[in-house]
Amino acid sequence: MVTEIAKTENNYQAAFRAVRASSPTVPWLELVRGSAMERFEQLGFPAVHNEEWKYTNLAPLAKQEFVPATRPAGVVIDAERFVFPETATAHLVVVNGFFSEELSVKTGLENVIAIDLLSAVADARYNKVARSYLARNAGYHNNGLSALNTAFLQSGVFLWIPRNVKVETPIQVTFLADAGRADSAAFPRLLVVAEENSSATLIENFVSTHDQQYFTNAVAEIVIKDGARLEHYRMQRESSKAFHTSITSAELGRNSSYDTTSINLGGRLSRHDISVVLDHEGAECWVDGLYLAGSDQHTDTHSVIDHQQPHCNSHQLYKGILDGNARAVFNGKIFVREGAQKTDAMQTNKNLLLSPQARVDTKPQLEIYADDVKCAHGAAVGQLDQEELFYLQARGINPELGRSLLTYGFAEEVIEKIKIDSIRAQLDEVVLRQLNTQLE
Amino acid sequence: MSTAELLSTQEYKYGFVTDIESDMIPRGLTEDTIRLIVEKKNEPEWMLEFRLKAFRHWLTMTEPKHWPNITYPDIDYQNIIYYSAPKQKATKASLDEVDPELLRTFEKLGIPLTEQKQLAGVAVDAVFDSVSVATTYKEKLKKHGVIFCSFTEAIRDYPELVKKYLGSVVPTNDNFFAALNSAVFSDGSFCFIPKGVRCPMELSTYFRINNSESGQFERTLIVAEEGSYVSYLEGCTAPKFDRNQLHAAVVELVALDDAQIKYSTVQNWYAGDEQGVGGIYNFVTKRGKCAGKNSKISWTQVETGSAITWKYPSCILQGDNSIGEFYSVALTNHAQQADTGTKMIHLGKNTRSTIISKGIAAGRSNNSYRGLVKVMPKAEGARNYTQCDSMLIGSSCGANTFPYIEVMNHSSSVEHEASTSKISEEQLFYLQQRGISQEDAVSLIINGFCKDVFLQLPMEFAVEATRLLGLKLEGSVG
Repeated sequence: MVTEIAKTENNYQAAFRAVRASSPTVPWLELVRGSAMERFEQLGFPAVHNEEWKYTNLAPLAKQEFVPATRPAGVVIDAERFVFPETATAHLVVVNGFFSEELSVKTGLENVIAIDLLSAVADARYNKVARSYLARNAGYHNNGLSALNTAFLQSGVFLWIPRNVKVETPIQVTFLADAGRADSAAFPRLLVVAEENSSATLIENFVSTHDQQYFTNAVAEIVIKDGARLEHYRMQRESSKAFHTSITSAELGRNSSYDTTSINLGGRLSRHDISVVLDHEGAECWVDGLYLAGSDQHTDTHSVIDHQQPHCNSHQLYKGILDGNARAVFNGKIFVREGAQKTDAMQTNKNLLLSPQARVDTKPQLEIYADDVKCAHGAAVGQLDQEELFYLQARGINPELGRSLLTYGFAEEVIEKIKIDSIRAQLDEVVLRQLNTQLE
Repeated sequence: MSTAELLSTQEYKYGFVTDIESDMIPRGLTEDTIRLIVEKKNEPEWMLEFRLKAFRHWLTMTEPKHWPNITYPDIDYQNIIYYSAPKQKATKASLDEVDPELLRTFEKLGIPLTEQKQLAGVAVDAVFDSVSVATTYKEKLKKHGVIFCSFTEAIRDYPELVKKYLGSVVPTNDNFFAALNSAVFSDGSFCFIPKGVRCPMELSTYFRINNSESGQFERTLIVAEEGSYVSYLEGCTAPKFDRNQLHAAVVELVALDDAQIKYSTVQNWYAGDEQGVGGIYNFVTKRGKCAGKNSKISWTQVETGSAITWKYPSCILQGDNSIGEFYSVALTNHAQQADTGTKMIHLGKNTRSTIISKGIAAGRSNNSYRGLVKVMPKAEGARNYTQCDSMLIGSSCGANTFPYIEVMNHSSSVEHEASTSKISEEQLFYLQQRGISQEDAVSLIINGFCKDVFLQLPMEFAVEATRLLGLKLEGSVG
């Protein structure tokens, strides 16, 4: 296996050299990318002997020779169909990791800076902000996947919400996989900086135009400053053959709030690492999620909620529905650092196993170094309640429909908190459709 | 009371040293050491093979220093005395021949061994450093067919039973400390409950480390045949020395069809002083196998001592409908570290397990619960319920929970809950308002917090455990 990983690294190395020679960026970024590549060469893809990767084996990904995608020239893509009506005047489209000005609509974003991340790093008006937060929370020194993404950072989205600006229109960023060829790799990157007392709603939408094998390795860094609020939805609907790994890192300022919901539906193998650092007093976060997996899908969520300062609250609810041979992994860490008194942290992970071959490995984890805190976590794995099924049957609902209803109800707890109607409607449809195909 | 601050604790009252001449072997560990132990104990050839196999495997293993949430300086395994026995007459026909100094020692520890004073209803095997010095009520137990004796005697008198079960639950190559124990274990208790017998009294082993240079490596094996029942208690203390000592024990339990084993521990090894100097490294492997249908193994532990506790009493639920239970109170104060929990491996159909863990951390200590619930594909209808609660006293300690849940069967149901809290100021105020001193109020609240576990302990142990918690925490809230 060692040789296989080495082979892939060489593959990425070659692509890295080619990109570097053909399209150099600004010197600052060249340095960052160079050192990230060096780090990736040392770290490689995480292996299962790493505790964080105990239940997810990336060997099939590591041995595949994915080719890093290049900037698409003059693409004609129907990106419209991935746009939620609410975001008609504020959607940004990223194709294979490259920001597309032509496909994006920014008419509803006049008070917001929404540009190619590469221009932000180069432009004197934005480079101070961009450079101070880029590769800061999603560091590449200890994480091979983050290192690989950073090494191939050639574009992406920079979203800057200035002080006191309240953005009414939800902002959508669609990450589109549109490989001209199979086995391509994309490295989408997103940097969001919400300045003091601003507020916004962000939707990340990972979709594809085809059903081939490809690799998406995404990184999103989110900075929420004092008093700012961000509502964040993350939809992962990659193709059924895709490998999807992604990192979301958020840092929260004083009295700020971050409300995020991650919906994981697609991908043959998907992994999401979400970390929220509460490093100023009074910050609050909601980190929720839903994962649905069937057939041979493998889905993995690792979350870290890091309470570094007193008086911060965190709430977490993750639910999973597994069918077929699907396998889900959930690992939720809550840290309460020394001195982070009056922390209130709550975490729940519930899993529904619908088939005999489905499997769940869950590990909710608490590490607490302060005494005046309230922390609780719970995890459950089970099947539908027979009594509830009976109740429905007694009222003339046939068992299939009853099962479907209960499963839907299980997912609904996460879905119903989504405030954007079209997402909720689409999700309802997806859940019901998935249930129906499972029932057939 | 706003923040907790640490004052002095009650003296560790078992910290005295018994002045007795010991028969020791030189420091260090080689194959020759093992041959010497075998020779001293006059063991048969198959034991030598068992030990050497374990030793050779141990040499290839590495110490598990990275994954547990504990830190300690490297242990020099060549600087430990692997066998130390109080000098006394070779065979003891009765307790009258046991060195009176030893009897006095155990009496001082609250374990009288002389016939007229023996604890009613409890048979005791007293282990002093590397050997068992006395076992009470042997004859009475024999009438019921129950075998309860030191491991040395068991190897001599019941070799077939020992051969059949030794290493059947914890194989010699299981882990670093179990391999070390398998290579050098000196004594321990053996207990066999034949088919259909309900053991008429509680069995217990009392472990005492006396020698400052030696480690203690004992082995306990309990076999409960079809339909039998036994309740077993384990207690331990050690003198205060300012150097760390290693205690690496292995406990194996086997329950056949319809058998029940209840295993209770009150662990009060010397924990080191307030600065964390000295104390026992308690690296123990305990595992029970519910081999038969409808069998049940229940672990109850009250862990208050040791500088470091590293133990995970586990149940392999192999027989259909078998039950595993784990009830634990782990208390750490000063510089103590505990990484403890359980593993419940569900193999059989309709197997059930319950885990109740209460962790209390005070001072600068670190208290971790680490557990695994694994439901294998064939374990249809398996159920688990886990509850881990932690309480922190003071702002410099840590409480961690690391539960691993692996479910490979969809008809099973696993629930895990954990919470962390502090002693409520309102509760304290309420009690103090009614004239109860702060210390007593804290003790009451802690005992309430641990009630679910204490209820599982046999009467005498529950009283002892309650008292012990009070002692250990004395002065830590103020």
